[in-house]
Amino acid sequence: MAKTVSLTLPLTRETVADLEVGDEVLLSGPVYTMRDAGHKRALECLEDTGRLPFDLEGATLFYAGPTPAAAGRPLGSVGPTTASRMDFATPALFKAGIVAAIGKGKRSAEVVKACQETGSVYLCTIGGIAALLAKSVTASELIGWDDLGTEALRKLELENFPAYVAVDTKGRDLYREIEAAAQ
Amino acid sequence: MGTDTLNAEAVAAAVYDAIRKSATILRPDFRRAIEEACARAEPASRAEGVLDRILENADIAASDNVPICQDTGSVWVCLEVGDELSVPGNIFGGVNDAVARAYTDGRLRMSLVRDALFDRANTGDNTPAFCELKFVPGARATLHVLLKGGGSDNASRVVMLPPGAGAAGVREVVLDCVREKAANACPPLVIGLGVGATFDKVAGLAKHALLREVGGPAASAEAAAFEAELLAEVNALGIGPGALGGAPTAVAVHLEVAPCHIAALPVAVNMGCCAMRSASVRLV
Repeated sequence: MAKTVSLTLPLTRETVADLEVGDEVLLSGPVYTMRDAGHKRALECLEDTGRLPFDLEGATLFYAGPTPAAAGRPLGSVGPTTASRMDFATPALFKAGIVAAIGKGKRSAEVVKACQETGSVYLCTIGGIAALLAKSVTASELIGWDDLGTEALRKLELENFPAYVAVDTKGRDLYREIEAAAQ
Repeated sequence: MGTDTLNAEAVAAAVYDAIRKSATILRPDFRRAIEEACARAEPASRAEGVLDRILENADIAASDNVPICQDTGSVWVCLEVGDELSVPGNIFGGVNDAVARAYTDGRLRMSLVRDALFDRANTGDNTPAFCELKFVPGARATLHVLLKGGGSDNASRVVMLPPGAGAAGVREVVLDCVREKAANACPPLVIGLGVGATFDKVAGLAKHALLREVGGPAASAEAAAFEAELLAEVNALGIGPGALGGAPTAVAVHLEVAPCHIAALPVAVNMGCCAMRSASVRLV
């Protein structure tokens, strides 16, 4: 039975292990924005130095490129981008310490397997409601790769940011379960 | 309005206004479609929750003057010109400047790179816009501006079917595309479907189909029946709002058909997301 869980970031693998596909989560704490160019940069950075500009252990990634600050908020609007474009880098990042990633849409079989093997989760949130989601972001700080524009590495502070568990540590996959249920 | 308004300055001014407005105000026909879907949704379901949030998001975006979606898109401009008018060759000369100003002034996201393959550096001002001229009968000129999100455009496709595949083949293309890609395209969707013309032109038909008002009339009774059949089948897939299950996956299928070669049955699907942003303005 799906539940609603308030989670404080960064996460531990013990906390993440209790999450099940379909659970709604309300996230509070730091996340790091990375999308296409950022993932390419992150893999190069890991290979060269073995680290990223932030502490990887227990960290959560948010696949997002926000709009500039507006309406007295640190960001105008922010929402998830398509997660499957990051599939090429996700298993390596989970192995390096990341335990959760927030995006939208289905993941590859390799990512689902990496969730199981490393005890990590993929969280999805709703695309197209970025003005509303920005209200759950209390701070934004540029921490690296500023040459990438909207794709730069930012640390965002979330407060009760809504998402759903889309792939859990047992390898269950919400999107595939929804598809199967409709058939 | 006189024909003297059909010049580069008028087009640039209309592009600027259309971008600023459509980035922050949900298209009224979309809003109505979401409200209707919300009223029909199963009470306390995830689908109802997502639809509620889409409406709440539209309210926040409008009142705070912030973008509906963080992906404020690439800018597609189509000037539809009546054949009784003349168009100066520099008609799109002010468009890129208008785009740069609208994206800076509106605090919108800069989402374009210089060269798709060899230089993926952000252009920094969301230019260039992608512009086209379309000639139609009459003495009117209408400017269409679409801010197209990357996720929904990526979820689109062109397929060259053999003519023998017929309507069943077209149906399979649409359903396969929705099954595989709808979750990435931010449903509830409007599905733009182009059938006919040539390899390059069929994608344009699908894109133009997105401009039609949701609930507006189809091109013919035959087209309307096919659209209704496809919409029912798409919604039977159960992908749902936010791809979190339930209904609707799409609020409309809009079909545009055209003549084509005896050997061809070109099909294009262009996905329109739940934050589809476009404006159509009569210039003359």
